Amino acid sequence: MEFLVVLTAAALRVATPILLAALGEMLVERAGILNLGIEGIMLFSAFTGFVAAQFSGSLWVGVLAAIATGVLLSALMGLLSVTFGLNQHVSGLGITLLGSGLALYFFRLAYGGASTPPALQRSFQQWDVLPGTLLGTLLGQYWLTYLALLLVPLLAWVLTRTSFGLRLHAVGENPEAVDVAGVNVYRVRYLALLAGGALMGLGGAFLSLAQLGAFTHGIVNGRGWVAIAIVIFGNWRPVRVLLGALLFGFVQALQLRLQAEGVPVPYELLLALPYLVTILVLALTGRNANYPAALLKPYRREGA
Amino acid sequence: MPSGPSGAAGAGGTGGPATAQARRPLSRLPRWERGPAPWWLRLLLPLLAIAITFLIASLLIAASGANPLEVFREMLLTPFTRRTSRLEILVRLTPLLLTGIAVAIAFRAGYYNIGAEGQLYAGALAAALLGPQLGGWNQPLAITVMLLGGLTAGAAWALLPAVLKVYAKVDEVVTTLLLNSVMLLLVGALLNGPWRDPISGWPRSPSIAEAAMFPQVIARSRVHLGLVVALVLVALFWWVLARTRFGLEVRAVGLGATAARFLGVNVRSTVLVAALLSGAVAGVAGVGEVAGIHGYLIEGISPEYGYTGIIVATFGGLHALGVTAAASFLALVDIGSTTAARTLGVPAYLGNVVQAVLLLVTLAVLLLGRYRPARRREGEDA
Repeated sequence: MEFLVVLTAAALRVATPILLAALGEMLVERAGILNLGIEGIMLFSAFTGFVAAQFSGSLWVGVLAAIATGVLLSALMGLLSVTFGLNQHVSGLGITLLGSGLALYFFRLAYGGASTPPALQRSFQQWDVLPGTLLGTLLGQYWLTYLALLLVPLLAWVLTRTSFGLRLHAVGENPEAVDVAGVNVYRVRYLALLAGGALMGLGGAFLSLAQLGAFTHGIVNGRGWVAIAIVIFGNWRPVRVLLGALLFGFVQALQLRLQAEGVPVPYELLLALPYLVTILVLALTGRNANYPAALLKPYRREGA
Repeated sequence: MPSGPSGAAGAGGTGGPATAQARRPLSRLPRWERGPAPWWLRLLLPLLAIAITFLIASLLIAASGANPLEVFREMLLTPFTRRTSRLEILVRLTPLLLTGIAVAIAFRAGYYNIGAEGQLYAGALAAALLGPQLGGWNQPLAITVMLLGGLTAGAAWALLPAVLKVYAKVDEVVTTLLLNSVMLLLVGALLNGPWRDPISGWPRSPSIAEAAMFPQVIARSRVHLGLVVALVLVALFWWVLARTRFGLEVRAVGLGATAARFLGVNVRSTVLVAALLSGAVAGVAGVGEVAGIHGYLIEGISPEYGYTGIIVATFGGLHALGVTAAASFLALVDIGSTTAARTLGVPAYLGNVVQAVLLLVTLAVLLLGRYRPARRREGEDA
């Protein structure tokens, strides 16, 4: 029992940044944009959040900086993929390369070649509730974890019950028809990109301001790609995205636990699991199910 | 047929009614319309992209307190003044040419292979597995085996996404991207597992046999046979695309799969073959790094050459000559940024930023390539 509770608590921690980023990516993909910039957005957000927190002395300033970074890089993605109607894969990849490049460039500029990564004096702490009890272990999470969990029903409600959600869905499925109905396709896509970017930024902030309390080059380490996999696994639905993130969290937490206890596990294989499962899901469903029909298709009003 | 910027000259000749005359001064500028850009514009665009990129980069350099002009000189000119730097550019050029060509083949067929990084590692893995077995072989034979191994491994790693794309309409971008991570984890598992050196604990594969090593092609340098292979493949890429039936089919499919199908092209097999060729060439890049440089496989053998290949291909306009020029330029930026880091203290990651900005700026600037100066027709006004 205790083992299970500890494992669940760890799984929630591991799942948080992935969940935040995946929810953001889900929003963007719902609008018909595949944002491959996610990995670089998370890294640069983790960095700006860290730097802002360190120089201002306030973690909240750090969170705001991380969100702003996510929004700004996503705006650039919007300029390229929505306004200019450029190839989404290559633009997104360019954003990732840019975000990583900028993070590493400014990191080196600010901290030189320090051998020990600079750490925050104080980072976000886990909720200290009912110390010493199992329930306390389970509930003792960072506030960002609770936020991420709250976002799941909130986004589910927004997507299915609000006019914005319906427009988002329609823009991702059939932008021409929505345009005829008087909805500004560009605006909806931008809104989705910016909101999604904010969530990716929060995912980055979680890593540097809460979980690690520091910044390192490999802090994101493919979590953005995992998020992309989980959005597909989650069939573009918030609750199933949560499920996917938790599943990933559990496998990861289990692997870390076993490793710590000296059980030899080929942890690389476990880490590869989400990718393989996603490819399997894709292979089985093909291009049907809930794949936003207009995904990857730039929308041009003049139809050129 | 009149071509070039003849718009301004023609403006005076077409006299119009008095009402249109009032608006005349504006129309003295050449007007633009949608259509294929003239050749001089297409040649100008990459230069424009470079100029904008360096304008943006100079902001970043200024932020570091250095003088942008000084950094650019150190980055773009100084490497040519030293023999080692000149040769290192060629060393760096080798994988970039290969991944650039690999990406270009796929993109030309409208197949967005983002997986060159994983396919490169697949080739490197094959080289690390085959290499140690080839002791005592005669060298040309051993090298041929290495190259074939890399080609096969790269193509094999590209197979699944290609099959899924062609037969199940699964988008190749996500699958090729995710397989990159899988391959890196697989290599990591081997390096940290069975291959970990029992004495030093260093994660590296066994050294490959002497016979399997690529010979140097320039004495006292690290420039190896891979560069020759890369140049041959560039030439082949040009020849296949420009001169063969398959190349024509690839171009047709890339321009529009539906139209190509109506013309009798087997779209499925064309895309499939292009995707596999793309993976195979990326695999050769991996063999080159193992057999030409290190002699064994380690983690980080490719500092994202696969992704840089996408920049090379895009900036090079998916043409053989363009890709060669783009790869050379990016290799120079790579080497130059480390030079600038050493002498001026600007972080070497400046090179990464410049490459990323170049990709984004190129994409945007290429939009201009869809326009041409408007041609005036008889009886048309303003």
